[in-house]
Amino acid sequence: MSSLDIWMRENPLAYVWLGSYAVAFLIFAIEIAMVIHKRKITLQQVRLMREAEDEARDDKSGENN
Amino acid sequence: MKKSSLFGLLALVIRRDLVLAMRRRADVLTTLIFFVMVVSLFPLGVGPEMDMLRKMAAGVLWVAALLSSMLSLGRLFSADYLDGTLEQMMLAPQSLSVLVLGKMAAHWMVSGLPLVLMAPVLGLQFDMPAEALGVLIISLLFGTPVLSMIGAIGAALTLGLRGGGVLLSLLVLPLCIPVLIFGTGAVEAVSTGLSATSHLSLLGALLVFALVFTPWVTAQALRISME
Amino acid sequence: MAINWFKYSAPTTFYGLAGKLIPWFAASSAILFVAGLYIGFAVAPADYQQGEFYRIIFIHVPASILSMFLYLVMAGYAALGLIFNTRLSAMMATAIAPTGALFAFISLWTGALWGKPMWGAWWVWDARLTSELILLFLYLGFIALHASIDDPRRADRASALLAIVGSVNVPIIYFSVKWWNTLHQGSTIKFSGTSMHVAMQQAMFTVLAACWLYAIAVVLARVRSIILERERNTTWINELPEVRS
Repeated sequence: MSSLDIWMRENPLAYVWLGSYAVAFLIFAIEIAMVIHKRKITLQQVRLMREAEDEARDDKSGENN
Repeated sequence: MKKSSLFGLLALVIRRDLVLAMRRRADVLTTLIFFVMVVSLFPLGVGPEMDMLRKMAAGVLWVAALLSSMLSLGRLFSADYLDGTLEQMMLAPQSLSVLVLGKMAAHWMVSGLPLVLMAPVLGLQFDMPAEALGVLIISLLFGTPVLSMIGAIGAALTLGLRGGGVLLSLLVLPLCIPVLIFGTGAVEAVSTGLSATSHLSLLGALLVFALVFTPWVTAQALRISME
Repeated sequence: MAINWFKYSAPTTFYGLAGKLIPWFAASSAILFVAGLYIGFAVAPADYQQGEFYRIIFIHVPASILSMFLYLVMAGYAALGLIFNTRLSAMMATAIAPTGALFAFISLWTGALWGKPMWGAWWVWDARLTSELILLFLYLGFIALHASIDDPRRADRASALLAIVGSVNVPIIYFSVKWWNTLHQGSTIKFSGTSMHVAMQQAMFTVLAACWLYAIAVVLARVRSIILERERNTTWINELPEVRS
């Protein structure tokens, strides 16, 4: 507790950087990663659905021929 | 003519809900027992020093009242929702807001009023002076209806959802903070020798504000949940 | 150049527009972050009262401002969606909520870190910190309500109503907390606007702009995923190049 206090007073810039900016940018990075991941997953889902639909259509047209 | 019929409708809804509540007295009692229990746990948790307890009393009673009013909110619409009464109410030609207001009033009489009546006894446990106790009761009398009304919005929004109870508290508790602040503030003002009028009038303003808007908002929320 | 704004209120056109805009917002946000932090750390002098610690405000103040504004923007979109029944507004409100909650969290976190050297405690029941905490609760309530309703239409409308009720409540909460705080003589260190060095202001506003652009980019990216998810049964989604490939 007090050692943290002393360290903080001696290295204010390190405290500011590690404590707030590093955490804030880490949060931004996590959010960006989550958004990109979500996009990937959704695209995959949509593609799968489309393929399934296409297959169903192909099957149907195959029967007709 | 129209006015009297509106009040008649209101009275009808209140009476119906009260009769229903009286058939399930255990539910009413559980809320009250929960309130008493939470309040009694505080001295056990923080120690029996009377000075500290006297200072905390208003806050403890208010927070306990807030929590116990959350308990019964889930039941506000759920029974009517399950047996289809709510759907009938929405189809009824009468204004849904008035019906909702009636249900809110009944809910407060069943779950808020007992707390207000119980509060003086619990206040004595905390050695509250008579004057502060009086203000506490007035503030609870003004505040608990607001809790019921704000809670009704949450209850309508979470109607029929799984895990509705916890979600309901998550939605409603932050919205109730002003009531808590003004309610405890009034008691504190009196115990520090100031006048509680400003706190109580703000609380009254909140009550009027809630009375005007929450029935309509709750009616909208019910429509959203039922469609 | 006349732009037909209503054209872009349809998910179909908005999807493409957002896709084109995101890289621009992201890039300018990154540039402004670098510039703002450079001004904040290299140009702005140390505060004579608070030393180097005050440099936390370059992220703290923008995060607080954004968390509050994003709630209003979210409630605005929610209201639009509820009144005009537009699909896109509800999707925007849903997309904004997580970003707003994260900014509220950053604001609380950096506020605590600023408070430790200034007040000697990580957490002080200061009016602004307390209202920020309540704001975070409101965001979480919105997200939780939206997440626990399966039917997307009901989820949109129910959480929109909650956002509107919340935004009506926010000023009441803020003033009640402020009042509560003055009654209890909370310790508050104020930044007097006049004593702030010009470079400090520049750094803060640059980071604020960077945060805005970042928020817009992330929200647009998120709303694109939501559009894809909700409209996956439509033909225009199936004809998108990224879906076809």
